[in-house]
Amino acid sequence: MAQFLLQRLTISLLVAVTVSIIGFSLLRLSGDLAAELAGEDATAEEIAQVAKSYGLDRPFHIQYLDWVGKALQGDLGRSLFTNEPVLELITTRLPVTVQLATYSLILALLVALPLGVLAAMKQNTWIDRLALSIAVFGQAIPSFWFALLMILFFGVILRWLPISGTDTWRHFIMPTITLSTFAMPQFMRLTRTGMLDVLESDFIRTARAKGLSPMIVLWKHALRNAVLPVVSLAAVAFGFLIGGSFIVESIFAVNGVGFLALESIIRQDFPVVQSIVVFISFVYIVLTLLSDLINAQLDPRIRLN
Amino acid sequence: MTNDTANIPYSDESILAVRGMNVDIRVPAGTLHAVTNSAFHVDRGETLCIVGESGCGKSITSLAVMGLLPGNATVTADVLKFEGRDLLSMSQKQLSALRGNRMGMIFQDPMTSLNPVYTIGNQMQEIYVRHGKGNAAQAKDRAIYLLEKVGITAAESRLGQYPHQLSGGLRQRVMIAMMLMNDPVLIIADEPTTALDVTIQAQILHLLADLQKEFNMALILITHDLGVVARIADRVAVMYAGYMVETGSSDEVFNAPMHPYTQGLIDCIPIPGKTERGALLGSIPGIVPALVGDQEGCMFRNRCDFAQEVCGTGIIERKALGEQRGYRCVIGPEQAQANLQASRAQAAVAAGE
Repeated sequence: MAQFLLQRLTISLLVAVTVSIIGFSLLRLSGDLAAELAGEDATAEEIAQVAKSYGLDRPFHIQYLDWVGKALQGDLGRSLFTNEPVLELITTRLPVTVQLATYSLILALLVALPLGVLAAMKQNTWIDRLALSIAVFGQAIPSFWFALLMILFFGVILRWLPISGTDTWRHFIMPTITLSTFAMPQFMRLTRTGMLDVLESDFIRTARAKGLSPMIVLWKHALRNAVLPVVSLAAVAFGFLIGGSFIVESIFAVNGVGFLALESIIRQDFPVVQSIVVFISFVYIVLTLLSDLINAQLDPRIRLN
Repeated sequence: MTNDTANIPYSDESILAVRGMNVDIRVPAGTLHAVTNSAFHVDRGETLCIVGESGCGKSITSLAVMGLLPGNATVTADVLKFEGRDLLSMSQKQLSALRGNRMGMIFQDPMTSLNPVYTIGNQMQEIYVRHGKGNAAQAKDRAIYLLEKVGITAAESRLGQYPHQLSGGLRQRVMIAMMLMNDPVLIIADEPTTALDVTIQAQILHLLADLQKEFNMALILITHDLGVVARIADRVAVMYAGYMVETGSSDEVFNAPMHPYTQGLIDCIPIPGKTERGALLGSIPGIVPALVGDQEGCMFRNRCDFAQEVCGTGIIERKALGEQRGYRCVIGPEQAQANLQASRAQAAVAAGE
């Protein structure tokens, strides 16, 4: 187990370094930052001056090392727009994003796991088809449109729920439903196929030959084997919910990291954008590591090899 | 169908008694008659071997007894009694109270038959506790006792191990020990050595035979290895294409096989010291026919050297040669023995060339 952990940590560290280099260079490859910052009518002299004041005239690797060095000390630079420290900008917006992502993931799993298990047990019946229809609906419907429909129906017509902000738990209901509707189908499908595979396997026949009750066979012997891929997917999906909820955050005016990223891209606030890109990559790295550890806990073949 | 198996006697003491059992499986192409008019029984302390090649209904027969067939299978029988109780009228709940408790089953592939994510100890204790035999601590003691019985060293430390940490032979020993946890009266072993190394096969079979004697259980061994049958069977049932084509005591069947299929199977066994090195081993050409839809006549006629026109029509009646002994063929016993001698003589001539 210790060896497994060390191996995973080393890989994570290598990925983190690679990702930070890519994240840092992508922004610089996207165009001349100094020219963008100086404005459309700026002269060559003015552009050179902007480049100098932001350190953009130095060689690329110096810029990178300088940025990494400061980042390791918690200094991600300042926003060009508000002049606030970038770290502070991100950390103040992170809790609400994480909160929303967590609710959405939990809701998605709470619906997907039982539905997937049920669909597998009742394969090719109307229950199975209903579950698949729900999955297709969730995958096909665009999030922004679904969000707008909900706002129209529950917010404007019925006036049951607030349509923007994050002041109370009621504000979270519609954004959570929107995000989990998007995440749920893939969990459901993976649970269903996983269960179908496992239910066919020899050790399930053994469990039944032991006279175990159908509930024990299903929840103890089958599900634990079937959820292994779901755990990996959930980690990726959680990262996506944190980093990819731009649209949902802006529709419901949730002042989170996604919203900040969107604002900063529009304002060409490059220190913020670059930090968010790298930050979200790190979130993925941590989540992947976490899912590996959970899977190792669930499956001794991973843990003990 | 006229039922010519209903009158074969069995004792009230029989652990398992089956008469006139049919298993039909619904498949997209129609109905597959996997087992037709099957009859066998097994008493305490007795070993019954069901033999035949792949796809002839041996495993389906055992799964039908255990109540483990999938939902698209239908079992009907005149008699299907376990310890005197009718299995067909039992609910799934009543059946599962017997499974793993009074009757145990050992499967073909030990590599996949144990759950990879639970320890050996967990899986062994579970079957004991589920059937209300005692608490976890008592289950642990029993598990250690049985692991030692099946020849596993360092039994206590094995309890904490996972299946993937054990070899195939060890896993099959664990399966056997697990199925013995509740002191069953019947063990069904479905080709328990097919997936194992040849050197391990004999060990596992000896182990099963020893345990069967020690615990005075009824053992049904399903195999396609007649060499094994000759060594450990009390009685033999030969299956072909869903039919039990020949039944009898081990001695009777081996000394005077009546059905051409049984004769062919027996002549396929190489005999150490008698079968010459490099000599051609016997074989039965052809494959088991598909069993979808209604069938007429003898299923073996397309592969049979002695097939006649009459073999293709109607139902081949069972010829009774004694209380238990019988076979399903149009050829009478004297002629069957003459045919056997003739084909053996022919084979000897061919080998001498």
